[in-house]
Amino acid sequence: MAHPRNIVRVSKVTKTFQLGKVEVRALQGVDLEIASGDYISIMGPSGSGKSTLFNMIGGLDKPTSGRVFIDEVDIAQLDAYELAWLRCRKIGYIFQTFNIIQVMTALENVTLPMIFAGMNNDAAVAKGIQLLELVGLGDRFRHKPSELSGGQQQRVAVARALANDPAIVLADEPTGNLDLTTGEEIIELLKELSQERGVTVISATHDFKMLNVSDQVVWIRDGRIEKIENREELSISVGQIGVRE
Amino acid sequence: MKDKQIPARATKGSDSVDRLVVLPFKKSVEISLKSIRVRFFRSLITTMSLVLAVSFLSFVSVSTDVANGLLSTQEPRLRQALIRSGYDVRPEDTTLGSTPKQRWIVILSLLVCVVGIVNAQLMAVTERFREIGTMKCLGALDRFILRLFLLEAGMEGLGGACVGAMAGALFSLINALFSFGTVAVTTLSWTDIALSTVSAIGVGFLLSLLGVMYPAIVAARMQPVEAMRIEQ
Ligand SMILES: Nc1ncnc2c1ncn2[C@@H]1O[C@H](COP(=O)(O)OP(=O)(O)OP(=O)(O)O)[C@@H](O)[C@H]1O
Ligand SMILES: [Mg+2]
Repeated sequence: MAHPRNIVRVSKVTKTFQLGKVEVRALQGVDLEIASGDYISIMGPSGSGKSTLFNMIGGLDKPTSGRVFIDEVDIAQLDAYELAWLRCRKIGYIFQTFNIIQVMTALENVTLPMIFAGMNNDAAVAKGIQLLELVGLGDRFRHKPSELSGGQQQRVAVARALANDPAIVLADEPTGNLDLTTGEEIIELLKELSQERGVTVISATHDFKMLNVSDQVVWIRDGRIEKIENREELSISVGQIGVRE
Repeated sequence: MKDKQIPARATKGSDSVDRLVVLPFKKSVEISLKSIRVRFFRSLITTMSLVLAVSFLSFVSVSTDVANGLLSTQEPRLRQALIRSGYDVRPEDTTLGSTPKQRWIVILSLLVCVVGIVNAQLMAVTERFREIGTMKCLGALDRFILRLFLLEAGMEGLGGACVGAMAGALFSLINALFSFGTVAVTTLSWTDIALSTVSAIGVGFLLSLLGVMYPAIVAARMQPVEAMRIEQ
């Protein structure tokens, strides 16, 4: 039996894509346990399977074989309603491309998951404003996404991901489309959230700035986990990189 | 309470009521209205073929109503005028229906209009893959998406059909005024005109729902990953 503190458990997950006659083996047996409240970075070169793993953990795609457990519930066993509930209440998603709904204002984007969760409109608006203030967009909630910068849009996405107080925030390259400073600000924001709210943050990235804030870094290559490093080991290897340069 | 439910739930129990995701009807209408407003030009184009087809339908049936009004006076002079302007009035006729040829043209134009709506709505769905995928990631159920598309098409359809039916009726009346003079307006039955207009609106509304059915199902069935992967 697994440790109950593991909020996410990935067991022998493989994913094979069929591209015509060619099989692309994006994940080739991944085992991973993520403790509640940790800040995890999944690192790896492009095409190593980070996004694929992200989709599996988030219940956005089904593994070819193996199992994904969220809170010790096998998500393959969930029906459409329970899966929607999981996406709505348990997991917050942040994407590289922001994925803010363009026709809605910042505030409407943030309140939508709360409406889905059954919150009444006034409460949702109040909480939405509070969340937007938290991410530093207190004065911008009536703006449309097209009137916001990339960094601001990503902040809206962070606020939206937090709307229903999820246990897990999944972020697929949240800084991929942002410049250095803006990226750092988003990373800082995620770190604060994980520390202050006890949210488990799982972030796929190839941004080395992420390393400093992570509790654990999962290195992935060719669809397999290469190594898992904890924070302490990490500072040594990062230190070495620093020395070599 | 909720914490208790989360672990070890392989089968769903009666407590799954708590775990429902909802989208209140009022909110759906709000979102659909906003979508229409933001994409107004696109909505206009989607609705254009419907407006034209419905106005043609209403033109034909209102013209028939006018002709019937004229015929009901039983004045030979008006009967002659009707024949001159192209109606097949046989001596024994007391009422007129639309001719088979007219009916065919109307049906064809309505068919073309449905195909146009399907086409335009499929394009709209493609354009909105990412939006749909995002909503699904936020917990939207298939039927929320379905409902949003149906509501949007329904409102567009109702608006378009109203405009079309009114325009068709108006044009038909003006046309009658020019061909037959004021007698055309004084002899006709306004109840019939209203009935024709309303049924044209109803037909237009139903057609726009029919046209959006397949695209909306495509959108609703979309898996979130598929939707997110498509580059914009
Ligand atoms: N839908 C798909 N169909 C076919 N192959 C796919 C699909 N999605 C991913 N792959 C393949 O799976 C492998 C892993 O892709 P993935 O997107 O997970 O990489 P990644 O680590 O996220 O890369 P990046 O850093 O560029 O985002 C790649 O070889 C990719 O070509
Ligand atoms: Mg990726």
